[in-house]
Amino acid sequence: MADQSEWLVEMRGIHMEGRSDETWTPIIKGVDLTLKRGEVLGLIGESGAGKSTLGLAAMGFTRDGVRISQGSVTFDGIDLISASAETKRQLLGKRIAYVAQSAAASFNPAHRLIDQHAEAPVQHGVKRRSEAEADAVDLYRKLRLPNPDEIGFRYPHQVSGGQLQRAMTAMAMACRPDLIIFDEPTTALDVTTQIEVLAAIREIVAEFDTAAIYITHDLAVVAQMADRIKVLLKGDEVEEAETRQMLSNPQQDYTKSLWAVREFQRPQKPAPAVDATPVVSVQGVTAAYGKIDVLHDVSFDIHQGRTVAVVGESGSGKSTTARCITGLLPPRKGQIELDGAALPLDYRNRSKEQLRQVQMIYQMADTALNPRQTIGEIIGRPVEFYMGLRGGARRKRVEDLLEQIELPASQYIDRLPSELSGGQKQRIGIARALAAEPKFIICDEVTSALDQLVAEGILRLLARLQDELKLSYMFITHDLATVKSIADEVVVMKDGVVVELGPKTEMFTPPHHAYTDLLLSSVPDMDPDWLTRLLAERGIENIGDAAVGKMH
Amino acid sequence: MTKAASGPILAAAIALLVALDRLLGMPVLAPLYALLQTVMAPVDWIATALGTATEGLGGWRWLLWIALLVGVGFGFRRLGQIVTSNRPFFRDMTAGVAVGYVLAAAAILWVLLNYSRAFSSHGGMPDTYFFFRLVLHGLVAAFVAATLFKLLGSWVGTAGSRKLFRQMPGTAAFGILIILCYAVAAIFAGLIAPHGQAAIFPKANIIPLVPEAMGGSPDFPLGTDQIGRDILSRLIYGAQNTVGIAFVTTMLAFALGVTGGFLAATLRGWVDQALSRLVDVLMAIPALIFSLLLITAASSLFDGSSLTVAMIVIIAVIDSTRVFRLSRAVGMNIVVMDYFEAAKLRGEGMFYLIFREILPNATAPLLAEFGLRFCFVFLTIAALSFLGLGIQPPLADWGTMVKDLGQFVNYAAFLPQYAMLPLLPAGAIALLTVAVNFVVDWMLQRSSGLKE
Amino acid sequence: MASVLKIILQRLALGLLTLLVVSMVIFGAVNLLPGDFAQAILGQGATQEAVEAIRDEIGLNDPFFKRYFDWLGALATGDLGVSYAQMMFATGMGGTTELIPITTQIAPRFYNTMFLAGLTALIAVPVSLLIGVLAALYRGSVFDRVANIFTLSSISSPEFFLAYILILFLAVQGQMLPSLAAVEVGMPLGARIYNSLLPALTLTLVVTAHMMRMTRAAIINLLASPYIEMARLKGVRPMRVIVKHALPNALAPIINVIALNLAYLITGVVVVEVVFTYPGIGNLFVDAVQNRDIPVVQVCCLIFAAAYILLNLTADILSIVTNPRLRHPK
Repeated sequence: MADQSEWLVEMRGIHMEGRSDETWTPIIKGVDLTLKRGEVLGLIGESGAGKSTLGLAAMGFTRDGVRISQGSVTFDGIDLISASAETKRQLLGKRIAYVAQSAAASFNPAHRLIDQHAEAPVQHGVKRRSEAEADAVDLYRKLRLPNPDEIGFRYPHQVSGGQLQRAMTAMAMACRPDLIIFDEPTTALDVTTQIEVLAAIREIVAEFDTAAIYITHDLAVVAQMADRIKVLLKGDEVEEAETRQMLSNPQQDYTKSLWAVREFQRPQKPAPAVDATPVVSVQGVTAAYGKIDVLHDVSFDIHQGRTVAVVGESGSGKSTTARCITGLLPPRKGQIELDGAALPLDYRNRSKEQLRQVQMIYQMADTALNPRQTIGEIIGRPVEFYMGLRGGARRKRVEDLLEQIELPASQYIDRLPSELSGGQKQRIGIARALAAEPKFIICDEVTSALDQLVAEGILRLLARLQDELKLSYMFITHDLATVKSIADEVVVMKDGVVVELGPKTEMFTPPHHAYTDLLLSSVPDMDPDWLTRLLAERGIENIGDAAVGKMH
Repeated sequence: MTKAASGPILAAAIALLVALDRLLGMPVLAPLYALLQTVMAPVDWIATALGTATEGLGGWRWLLWIALLVGVGFGFRRLGQIVTSNRPFFRDMTAGVAVGYVLAAAAILWVLLNYSRAFSSHGGMPDTYFFFRLVLHGLVAAFVAATLFKLLGSWVGTAGSRKLFRQMPGTAAFGILIILCYAVAAIFAGLIAPHGQAAIFPKANIIPLVPEAMGGSPDFPLGTDQIGRDILSRLIYGAQNTVGIAFVTTMLAFALGVTGGFLAATLRGWVDQALSRLVDVLMAIPALIFSLLLITAASSLFDGSSLTVAMIVIIAVIDSTRVFRLSRAVGMNIVVMDYFEAAKLRGEGMFYLIFREILPNATAPLLAEFGLRFCFVFLTIAALSFLGLGIQPPLADWGTMVKDLGQFVNYAAFLPQYAMLPLLPAGAIALLTVAVNFVVDWMLQRSSGLKE
Repeated sequence: MASVLKIILQRLALGLLTLLVVSMVIFGAVNLLPGDFAQAILGQGATQEAVEAIRDEIGLNDPFFKRYFDWLGALATGDLGVSYAQMMFATGMGGTTELIPITTQIAPRFYNTMFLAGLTALIAVPVSLLIGVLAALYRGSVFDRVANIFTLSSISSPEFFLAYILILFLAVQGQMLPSLAAVEVGMPLGARIYNSLLPALTLTLVVTAHMMRMTRAAIINLLASPYIEMARLKGVRPMRVIVKHALPNALAPIINVIALNLAYLITGVVVVEVVFTYPGIGNLFVDAVQNRDIPVVQVCCLIFAAAYILLNLTADILSIVTNPRLRHPK
């Protein structure tokens, strides 16, 4: 403790490299990071920005195949670069703790939660076993886990994802560390669960005055958690500022563009004529996987040139509905109509013409395109299959389609999917759907795997195509910001049941169904006071899973 | 850069020295051997002294060796820490690793010691170190050949193949080189072999690799077998017969297994159930045992070359079960991909789905599996032939040759060249399977590396 | 716990069913094919009446399923039948000598083979686990690469090649072990081990390589899990990470590896027994195959298959028992 500087963590001129084959390529290109005691720093950036790598480096830890090539890391006066393995081991878990993204994978399946909780304090000689266990129950209670006296004696697979994430936060707190690294702790969770975890983390970090680095790609989340925000882009620092200042007055173009994403919004279209035949009509569909019903009497219509957004959390039956419409999962009851005529339930019994009218765009562009076919083949196949075009005519049509999705044909037609970026792949997926010249396209979470700017581009493209080609969309999403920007009608689903449906404007103005209300209120705003206000308005007992539980 | 270049430089130096010595008659190796002996002399002395001093301990000697090893290990680490003034390499070294280093050093010393001893007792006749020297020379030759081949590959060819060769490990280069050699031998066996595979010469049991005065013959460099057939020729023809038959069998097994596996993956339902249960039953009997059983049954119907054909079919069917399992699993992974679903929903037929969507994406694992299956089939056929139930005479075949020449291994003590006779065909089998496995190992590592 | 019990019972039943079907396949493979074994027993010169008599005696004239169930029923009571070789011998002697049943023939050989397999397992399992774990821990090191080359080579080599190499160095040149495995009933244990050490070492080479590679792969897979990284980030000692966090989860894959390789031993044992003329079932089996002695072939085949199924079943059940998700259901 010779050097009591003002910084708890001080990283200067950090350069990091990752190994691919035999060569080292830079991941972090000269970043400074400093953190005071008790301060929370938000580290945000797109995927591949190097935020997790930097966060782990702050612990003096690098994953296999990664190294710190330049710079210094000091934790409370201890130089972590030159420290021996033993010195670093003494710090980890005791004074620096880590909360991982996937709690389900980061808890050892072979041990009970409380055993894993007590391991660090006992091993580091901070507490005796019985003290550590009593403390664990205490922390579980503070983090509002259900049955705090008993939950620790369960195995990880017996506990839900949101609860595990809180148990992991408790585990990180076990030795009352000076610093905790939160590595995207809520990314894998549903919005209603996320809010609970966020509230719990914020409260406990504040209570013990722990310094934290909070890593995320979600601006609205970081706005609730951090005192300061640092923005990373491809291993470089873009800018850093106090949270409020960063939100109200970003300096760099890149940061401004991140903020601007949420502003794209289409005007509400007038309601369709009452007697108009819907392009697709889902009527009383009940469907089952095996013997268990997962959809119960689902009905809604999709009219020409309009977008119906189907919203819900994981397991709500959104994708199953899509599988029923495409005929992959024939419903047990009910039917699907296309232009007023009933479609055969199983896709194998549908005519080529019927198949052509219903197309799909997938969430993961990586798995949606055959990696062994060129872009020309991928888009050309439906052109040939449905339209019967061959040779030059087929190539001409493929080039037109590539123009339509704003990719220069000459440059892309002979490439393989692996040579394209995520956004470009998604555009190829759109072109393949368009090639069939359908009336109706199902968009399954098409933007959720993309970074915000790219997602924005895809949404604008889909909107333009809809206006030009009079397409109808069924837009499956869990992201309410996307719904706001593109939908005309909204269908809210929960546990295989349609909870609420109607025009978008109605949906976003109260009064709502209780679940819709919870869903809407759980989406973080880009406002640092949002969580505080929400907790004050609704009370800690009326958010997240607790609130869902009350609805039954 | 220097580390990457050290291998090729070493290999080239060894090749140059050997070429100068053997081809041009310049005595450059002898001084090197003398140097080695001089350097090893004190080691030899210490080892012998330690051996005699501890003789009285009997079996307990091992404990002493282990204690010595651990002691030297700790000393080595401490010394390293002092000399490098506590650099992280020695500071964070665990005791186990330190002992490991010492153990490795001891092993290298042991090899060098035995190698130097091999020359001190070197007279006109082969001695007890004959095979030790042979193995060591073989390993060095393999290293030199693989390194030079890799070097050649990274200079010649297209940009893609050059890059491939640069990144390839030495073992894979060795594997490819050996496979190429076998392919040449198999295809041009008729041109390369000095004699026919079934031709019988009056002089039987000519000793291999020795001058005529000692019972050798320049016409038959590897000698002749008990009934007077040229062993070199039979080895070369064996490449054609043994490798060719194994290759055909593997192809047949793949045709059956892949078709079944992909059909099961795309059709699902009862087709999948029926095929999978059938395969489960067939796989419940160990492959070699099952083939022996079926060949017994077949042997009452066929004989001679038609029995060989029956064997091919039997092994192919038994082996296709393993191929079925893999291609079904690979197929299942592809069938759940969105691009496959998109093609299915487009209304594509079974033919397009299997050949345009599944097959191109399954080539990497299937190719690797082909290598492994080939080895397995090859070894099974060799084992069957060794048991007298595989490839039937008069075709020359390595497994049968091992069986016929097996007794000579017991001559090793006084006539090491004779002991070579069964080892040559057996080694030929081992070398090819090792080579294929090296290449497959590299392919699997590459494809799993790409996923990460 | 009840659900685990149910799963285990299901697996047991499935294993039994598989064995039954396999017995049918083994019996059918030999008996459904045309070809006259009566003729084979008596040789080409036999009279028509003699052939007919033999056919009747060994039941070749009965319908297939009757023969199968007769055979199965006899098996269940421990009566494995009489070998053709014995029958031929008896016919030659005019039917006066006593027939030695297969059961008596097989019992000591079965014990010998089990002894060999057991000895191999005893050497191979600890060695391969140790090397496998070390290679996984120090993957990419020189040790790992040397181990990789060595194991790949020994997997790829045919058993008889390895056997000859060992004979060459240990029996002929080293004069340390006997090259022929003369094992007899009533031998003292030490001598028995000494005499069967060379075949056991040959099998060890092959099995160790397989087991070591599978162990290494399983451990590497495990060490890449986020929970191992989490344990390191909690500052747990490296040794404790292995013992407390990796091992409990490695149990299932390692048990699987061991069982699979013991099953592999069954195939390997045949060739090795022939090379060393070891008096085990494998040797008997090959002799019977060469003499087309159908009853013996069938019984040996069934024994091998049963051992194979049993080992796979054991692996299956043990991996269920060691799985925390199944042991502690929700």
